[in-house]
Amino acid sequence: MPMFDNPFDPKRRLTSGCPCGQHRSAEEHDNALRLQAQEVLPSEDKRYENVVAGTVLRAMFPKDSARRAFLKSVGASTALAAISQFFPLSTATEVFAQAKPIEKKDLKVGFIPITCATPIIMAHPLGFYTKHGLNVEVIKTAGWAVIRDKTLNKEYDAAHMLSPMPLAITLGAGATAQAYTAPAIENINGQAITLSLKHKDKRDPKSWKGFKFAVPFDYSMHNYLLRYYLAEHGLDPDTDVQIRAVPPPEMVANLRADNIDGFLGPDPMNQRAVFDNVGFIHLLSKEIWDGHPCCAFAASQEFVKTAPGTYASLLKSIIDATAFASKPGNRKQIAEAIAPANYINQPVTVLEQILTGTYADGLGTVKKDAKRVDFDPFPYESFAIWILTQMKRWGQIKGDVKYADVAKQVFLATDTTRLMKEVGLTPPASPTKSFSVMGKVFDPSKPDAYLKSFKISKAS
Amino acid sequence: MAINNAMSISFRASIVSILILVIFLVAWHIATSGTGAVQQMDPEYAKLMGLNATQGKSAMPGPLQVGATLWQHLTNPFYDNGPNDKGLGIQLAYSIARVGMGYLLAVLVAIPLGFLIGMSQLMSRALDPFIQVLKPISPLAWMPLALYTIKDSSLSAIFVIFICSVWPMLINTAFGVASVRKEWLNVARTLEVGAFKRAFTVILPAAAPTILTGMRISIGIAWLVIVAAEMLVGGTGIGYFVWNEWNNLSITNVINAILVIGIVGMILDQILARAAKLVTYPE
Repeated sequence: MPMFDNPFDPKRRLTSGCPCGQHRSAEEHDNALRLQAQEVLPSEDKRYENVVAGTVLRAMFPKDSARRAFLKSVGASTALAAISQFFPLSTATEVFAQAKPIEKKDLKVGFIPITCATPIIMAHPLGFYTKHGLNVEVIKTAGWAVIRDKTLNKEYDAAHMLSPMPLAITLGAGATAQAYTAPAIENINGQAITLSLKHKDKRDPKSWKGFKFAVPFDYSMHNYLLRYYLAEHGLDPDTDVQIRAVPPPEMVANLRADNIDGFLGPDPMNQRAVFDNVGFIHLLSKEIWDGHPCCAFAASQEFVKTAPGTYASLLKSIIDATAFASKPGNRKQIAEAIAPANYINQPVTVLEQILTGTYADGLGTVKKDAKRVDFDPFPYESFAIWILTQMKRWGQIKGDVKYADVAKQVFLATDTTRLMKEVGLTPPASPTKSFSVMGKVFDPSKPDAYLKSFKISKAS
Repeated sequence: MAINNAMSISFRASIVSILILVIFLVAWHIATSGTGAVQQMDPEYAKLMGLNATQGKSAMPGPLQVGATLWQHLTNPFYDNGPNDKGLGIQLAYSIARVGMGYLLAVLVAIPLGFLIGMSQLMSRALDPFIQVLKPISPLAWMPLALYTIKDSSLSAIFVIFICSVWPMLINTAFGVASVRKEWLNVARTLEVGAFKRAFTVILPAAAPTILTGMRISIGIAWLVIVAAEMLVGGTGIGYFVWNEWNNLSITNVINAILVIGIVGMILDQILARAAKLVTYPE
């Protein structure tokens, strides 16, 4: 996983999602990476050091090729010495890894029982919260609107939210405006388009006119990905099909009752629909955009400011849990830990299929895709900018949006940005990376041009 | 002879009830024990699929399954595995506590207000439009407003119970007070009884049967509302239990919960029915 890799190794790619050109195929590349990742993480301190150093290097060399050229020419140790002259890496690492006094030990974190929240949930039974000195109660919540309300009410100290939600709450779209932050992304990929079994011969999206789809929430990656997918196939998501918000637990029941023809929803709903012989998986969301963010761990900026020690410990627990979850060998153990009624409350085999990526697709085949769901906590600001362009595209926010500002304010690109300021340095331009969605490249520095390039859009 | 007839009626009624139950259970068992079509699939695929696909088992559970799970719940009602998984007994206790508080609040508001409306034509006419407009509003419609203003999910649930169960009591109290027999009021006036004493010794006992009927209707509504409110808000309670099991598409547990909800509702109703019997008087 890129965030924890050794940043001083020139052969390593630091930004995820772009092929480094050193391997013959994407699969070989992934395999090689997996092997390398396993040998590099000896201890927790090394992990934090890599996080800090990684951020610094990423900030200094936004283009990965430049970083690699630099490292190849001077070597890792010289690079480390050179950078340490300007930025004391060891101090920053110490400050980050240092246990600041915890102001509030007993915390309540809300979650929705879907596999996106795996790091938040598994940190409880697998002991990550207690390891960092916190006594956290993870509380199952009825729906996204309730989780939003309870976090705004301060009934929860932090919560599992959809990535667009902290942005929407900060902008005041669909809720009272309150400054929110998303310092960590819970998972990438992990969703799918599932259709009712009666449509198994209707796999071409062009024949989907008049269909009724469900998404978990209006401000969700699911909504934006579904709309993007439909628009790319020439369907207008507002006039040619019906998209409605349905809470994830009710999606399978609605599919069975024929209320909806399909949904783009979070796991375990997709796999559960297959398990109960109600639907089949048409497309994994990673085939729309590989590496898309889904859910985030969100806290109000007030919490971050008034309880920084608690916040740092909480974030560390989540980062630890995410690192543990990103290793494929741990997935089975995690599936067993989060299956009971106290957590996700689903049969273990359903969760195993999702987390290990070996699954039944509903049409008779067993498919294998290890990256079906993955865990990478870094909140790239380019993610936030893409989300904002789509919110504007579909009319959820109007007027001029200062994309980069909002993204920077909400998607806290790691604690080290703050730490850099504390040490007296001006942080460089926010770490962003360009990626492509369904083959179309997104350049985060040109959001307006990207928005204008769509035929089907409601942006004025 | 009369006693014999009475006994044979209730005896015969219970026989018919049991017969209906047995027929229903048998029909349910037959309906859910059949197997549907099973497609051919290779064994590795079959391992990953549920029983509906591999064995054609019906998605709806049969009475034996439901009975077995119900027994499990009843024999271990107070387990606590964490904030999201508690025994049936604990969840019921939470729900009953919430209902109790909301209902008590409603009683404290409805009966005095009902007296006022019953005794004064002016107040009755003046408050009538408000009552008529607020009465039909569903608890689910109140919930978002309550959460938004009260900002606390437990208090919001109690408020919603209050606002929905206050109307039957209010209207019945007003009606009961307004229809106290004029002769009794005249006697009270002749005896020069003070207003307060008159309210407590003449009007209250006279209106008591009607008031208790109103209370009985209200407790039914309050119990109905708490299940809906807890499904929306979550956390603890029998409504949350239903929602949690719904997440897992465990129809067996949902049916169990429904049965338990029905039985507790019946018990609450019976308590008030007994209370009503205590205050009835022959006309």
